[in-house]
Amino acid sequence: MQKSIAQLRIGEHAIISDFDSNVIPLKLIEMGCLPGNSVVLIQKAPLGDPLFLNINDSLLAIRMEMAKDIFIETSEA
Amino acid sequence: MSNQNIKVALIGNPNTGKTSVFNLLTGLNQQVGNYPGITVEKKMGSLNLPLNCKATILDLPGTYSLNASSLDENVVIELLLNKNDLLFPDVAIVVTDVENLKRNLLLFTQIKDLEIPTILVINMADRMDVKGITLDIPFLEKQFKTRIALISSRKKIGIDNLKMMIVEYQKLSTQPCLNASSIDVPYFDSLRKAFPSQSLYKLWLVITQDVNFSKVDKNVVDTNNFAKPNSELKRLQQKETIKRYQFINDVLKTGRTVDTAKATDFQGKLDRILTHKIWGYVIFFAILLLIFQSIFDWSSYPMDFIDESFANLSAWASNNLPAGVLTDLISQGIIPGIGGVVIFIPQIAFLFLFISILEESGYMSRVVFLMDKIMRKFGLSGKSVVPLISGTACAIPAIMATRNIENWKERLITILVTPFTTCSARLPVYTILIALVIPKTRIFGIFNSQGLTLMFLYVVGFAAAITSAHILNKILKIKGKTFFVIEMPNYKLPIFKNVVINVLEKTKAFVLGAGKIILAISIILWFLASYGPGAAFNDVENSVKSNPQFENFSDEEYDSKISSEKLENSYIGLMGHAIEPVISPLGYDWKIGIALITSFAAREVFVGTLATIYSVGDADNEDTIKNKMDAEVDAETGKKIFDFPTGVSLLLFYAFAMQCAGTLAITKKETNSWKWPVIQLVFMTGLAYCVALIAYQILK
Repeated sequence: MQKSIAQLRIGEHAIISDFDSNVIPLKLIEMGCLPGNSVVLIQKAPLGDPLFLNINDSLLAIRMEMAKDIFIETSEA
Repeated sequence: MSNQNIKVALIGNPNTGKTSVFNLLTGLNQQVGNYPGITVEKKMGSLNLPLNCKATILDLPGTYSLNASSLDENVVIELLLNKNDLLFPDVAIVVTDVENLKRNLLLFTQIKDLEIPTILVINMADRMDVKGITLDIPFLEKQFKTRIALISSRKKIGIDNLKMMIVEYQKLSTQPCLNASSIDVPYFDSLRKAFPSQSLYKLWLVITQDVNFSKVDKNVVDTNNFAKPNSELKRLQQKETIKRYQFINDVLKTGRTVDTAKATDFQGKLDRILTHKIWGYVIFFAILLLIFQSIFDWSSYPMDFIDESFANLSAWASNNLPAGVLTDLISQGIIPGIGGVVIFIPQIAFLFLFISILEESGYMSRVVFLMDKIMRKFGLSGKSVVPLISGTACAIPAIMATRNIENWKERLITILVTPFTTCSARLPVYTILIALVIPKTRIFGIFNSQGLTLMFLYVVGFAAAITSAHILNKILKIKGKTFFVIEMPNYKLPIFKNVVINVLEKTKAFVLGAGKIILAISIILWFLASYGPGAAFNDVENSVKSNPQFENFSDEEYDSKISSEKLENSYIGLMGHAIEPVISPLGYDWKIGIALITSFAAREVFVGTLATIYSVGDADNEDTIKNKMDAEVDAETGKKIFDFPTGVSLLLFYAFAMQCAGTLAITKKETNSWKWPVIQLVFMTGLAYCVALIAYQILK
């Protein structure tokens, strides 16, 4: 199974590899969430959701639900 | 070149310091209004430039891209696509943050594609050393085909340079900096052939955006032949965005170097505390407490002063102006009316002060982040926290603040329940009723019972909002993937000037907006209370005089009897009597009925109305409204009107009832339908009636 942003550990770096383009809204892409860009999980909200990410130098938070649809490659994989 | 007035549009992502740049350029030469027909704030300012030039600057709403997804963003693209608009800019300034260049530049490349002369401002240059960032400005200027102003709005560096660039705007290139049409060559080629005179990107926006373009544009650019299915358009938009990012990433790879060793992790440390699972909430609630403390406690001093000053002014006016109808109108209608608005200023200002500081500092995003999961359980979004907090000042701006909630269902629920939060207009009603009916005692030796009652009413309002959200979440059948994205901007110390300007503007808008309504109502009320239909009203004096019952009255008692009889027979008195059967089960008499009717326009009118009613024909009495209300007794039973059961019933009624025409109007605008304001009105007022009825019947 492909790894998604939802599975990142805090502090872990990865590269966005792909996403379901029917589900991901344009706005998220405009914020820099696109294949080839880097992503780091900075922090999880106290109840595990939303996720606080650094995507392509942009600091933003998205919900777990959406994070599951953004696939990544981690360096060790 | 001289004496020219250059039209400038200021554009940029949120959190880039765009407004600071605007404030720095224009100082206090700003006017705030609305775009016609919509409630998006329109900020304009003017400034003097070198070489005898002048400029008018339009501060457009912050937007992430030209693919509009909200009302605020629509404004930006509607203006930039309409060359005939009076505000169409000669030159656009795109403001970016040096720490967020990649994302901020996306919007820049779009604006540049519109072939408008565009200056790129890179703000917060003072942060470059700390972050270890170096920029190759000549290289970037060449790649982006524009001039770059490196400025710091915080340290006020680089502004003169920017002003000079505005003066020389005609030297700027209007060429796009990348060729985005390569995402679908045949399609864009045919589009170019069909409309050779138009910018390709503009045509693309007309095709993809669902906004109101002016008629001229629609006729010139009849793009129906180029329509594509939505999924195809969306795919192309995604490709286009990716293309733009590739270009930006490539340029920055050469034009920018970041020495990460220099960067400190202060922000990360702060975030680990402020979004901590325990400390995060503790700090948030401590801040909330501080806000409420300022509203209840600190603002009471200026409020008492304002209250007394207006009572004195009223008395002074009636004693010193020549006696007559006009003086009565001034001393009994207009002055108490204005006083009823001015008294809000301290509370409103404190609230806006805190909200403005929280937003400027970047903390508000962390609150959204902390609260999202919890709020979602009630069908709300983390972003609903901001409207619910601003709702404690006024529901109108709060409902406008829901615009950034992406999910329609979450947004709609937020709009519908926000008016339950205790807005400042309820405060004067609460304050006066609590003072009248809740005995001032200490509970457990520390808590003031009146303060606790007020606190309780806030909790009741918030609980009502959350509970109804929960119910609406179950009832409303609106599908859609919950989409949520929020920028978590770097923490910054708020810039004093920005905060002050923001507080001044918001307070002014509130006072003028509410003030107009209240003033008008006070004047109308005074007329309705001072005149009545037909013989009954005119004969009051004679009938009182000829009534043997009142023979032994002193002059004073006699006058007061006449004025109260007059009021009862006046137009407003008759209206109050008409609704008495409906409200008497709640414990209200016809005078309270009048106040209920008038305060439908705005809650705070309740106090003003009673002030007007009780002071009509009695202006020499400079007693405060509270004492006048306390002295009111039922003519037959001699019982106090504002006793405990009636007071509690009224408090609860005002906690729930939709007594605000302005909120209904804004709900209509934001939901674009009459259905939702009507539901809001019926539900809230119905609930208020039932709760007040039950409370009164139990307590009486």
